[in-house]
Amino acid sequence: MKVWVPCDAASVACGADEVAAAIASAAGLRGESVEIIRNGTRGMIWLEPLVEIERDGLRHGFGPMAPEDVPALFEGDEHPKALGPVEDIPFFAQQTRLTFARCGRTDPLSLADYEAGEGWQGLRRALDLGAEKTVEEVTASGLRGRGGAGFPTGIKWKTVAGAEAAQKYIVCNADEGDSGSFADRMLMEGDPFCLIEGMAIAGLAVGATKGFIYIRSEYPHAIRTMGAAIRAAREAGIIGDSLMGQGPRFDLEVRVGAGAYICGEETSLLNSLEGKRGMVRAKPPLPALEGAFGMPTVVNNVLSLAAVPWILTHGGAAYAEFGLGRSRGTIPIQIAGNVRHGGLFETGFGVSLGTLINEIGGGTASGRPFKAVQVGGPLGAYHGPDDFDLPVCYEAFAEQGGLVGHAGFVVHDDSADMLALARYAMEFCAIESCGKCTPCRIGAVRGMETLDRVAAGDPAAIELLHELCEVMEKGSLCAMGGFTPYPVRSAIRLFPKEFSRAQEAAE
Amino acid sequence: MTKDDRLDAILAAHAGREGALLPILHDVQAEFGCVPADCYQPIADALRLSRAEVAGVVSFYHDFRDAPAGRHVIKLCRAEACQSMGGAEMIARLERALGMKLGETKGDVTLEAVYCLGLCACAPAAMVDDRLVGRASSERIEALVAEVSA
Repeated sequence: MKVWVPCDAASVACGADEVAAAIASAAGLRGESVEIIRNGTRGMIWLEPLVEIERDGLRHGFGPMAPEDVPALFEGDEHPKALGPVEDIPFFAQQTRLTFARCGRTDPLSLADYEAGEGWQGLRRALDLGAEKTVEEVTASGLRGRGGAGFPTGIKWKTVAGAEAAQKYIVCNADEGDSGSFADRMLMEGDPFCLIEGMAIAGLAVGATKGFIYIRSEYPHAIRTMGAAIRAAREAGIIGDSLMGQGPRFDLEVRVGAGAYICGEETSLLNSLEGKRGMVRAKPPLPALEGAFGMPTVVNNVLSLAAVPWILTHGGAAYAEFGLGRSRGTIPIQIAGNVRHGGLFETGFGVSLGTLINEIGGGTASGRPFKAVQVGGPLGAYHGPDDFDLPVCYEAFAEQGGLVGHAGFVVHDDSADMLALARYAMEFCAIESCGKCTPCRIGAVRGMETLDRVAAGDPAAIELLHELCEVMEKGSLCAMGGFTPYPVRSAIRLFPKEFSRAQEAAE
Repeated sequence: MTKDDRLDAILAAHAGREGALLPILHDVQAEFGCVPADCYQPIADALRLSRAEVAGVVSFYHDFRDAPAGRHVIKLCRAEACQSMGGAEMIARLERALGMKLGETKGDVTLEAVYCLGLCACAPAAMVDDRLVGRASSERIEALVAEVSA
């Protein structure tokens, strides 16, 4: 019997290791031979630990499993946690999984599994095409930076390719600090060779021989898996002295962050990589021209780089067929927080916010009425039911004073305290600000204090808060101070009464 | 090995590496439980930096400690997704039950805030030593604390 039990950190956090141990011991007791494969997660996190068993060539799902549910797996009767064929579960069946095509299906560290699932085909095609045509293919795909800024990846690559330097770098931003985001982690733990392939293609395309993957220290599982995958790819001769034995040199190294959210900002990340304080740098110079160690550098998010193997395998035009307007391709949406069906849902840009929350997400986990969703992490705006028609794409959210960011959607039910959440936004900025620019460093602290005055019923405080938000938005050096006002102002706009309650009570 | 030998071994292992300071500091903390201030100068010498530059980097990052933590470290996520699932209330209950606040060490146990473990679809989340906990509750964390400190 072939059994899959995910090794993803979210599955493990929900008890996957205990379930795997229970399966091994139950099989031992019955004298049955069971092959347990630790796969990545399918991304249906509310069903984790999601065990899969192969029957008649189809993988059937059972979940969420606990050790006490295991013995029944070996009895013929209908299992109470049976979900049917796992790929027929509507949440999974409705997706367009390009970047996450293999994640959950394979053993993340099996080179044979990777190869069998179109692995290395993108890199082979890039080696055939050569550097210039590879960049053209990425440009044609319309891929834009999935870390949040949405900058066209092809243009970035072209800039680095055109720069003359003795050394160039590919830096993968895996400092996924946004609450509500876990797609980078899921990919690194579930399909690490995909990221390696994407980085190798990037290296080939721009003439870089060295790549760094900067992973946050809060992700110990991802750090271990990426390290093991790099060693395996090197031993197999895929990366190292020559890409697949026929291309130029390209090698990879994992670097571990140290608990600073700001290092997700690309220039701060570069300083951190160089061994400095993670202070934001003023631009220009662009990292594409003066990046890591002063050399031309591609800095791309995990999801941008992991989209590249599919683009090279199937062509940029095929990727561009998905999406809406200037947001091309697919976006791995992460539905999180107080939601019934939380997880990763990869789909073409354009799905509406309401569909995402009510149909795909199944409404709140608590069963209480929906109140607001914060989109794009701690710097993203809150959206209420009035925005349910909004399609998920960069332009539509920007027009509403928000952002898609890294596509983390955190759902709140009607018990959410918006004043407390607005204060938290300022507090988080105060804790994580790098301190380089005054609007962010001082503004966040003043924002906390002003929100405390709002909570105490000070009638002058709200106007002051709006002015402060404007200063932060217009005067900050990067998105940390610049976007922290988004959640604050949107919370006030959507729920003004929660910010005037104390004042009314005082009057 | 003396403390100096252990530090020298770490520095030797990273000799010639690009941007070696963070990897060195991680190794130092793994070895000594914190980054002791008397390591700043030798690290600075090895990397041709000033002592102030090393001190500045150590103090910038939340991960690096100037004194060792308790034998067991409990990290509780304070970020928005965990808040939406009652994370703040869970933290308050745990603080009362354990008689300590976030950021404090009592006996063998250090209680700390963390800002996202990437477990946002199975919130609230926590980490007890190196063990991740999803769909956490104060009762479950308390039981785990009792289990690891037993």
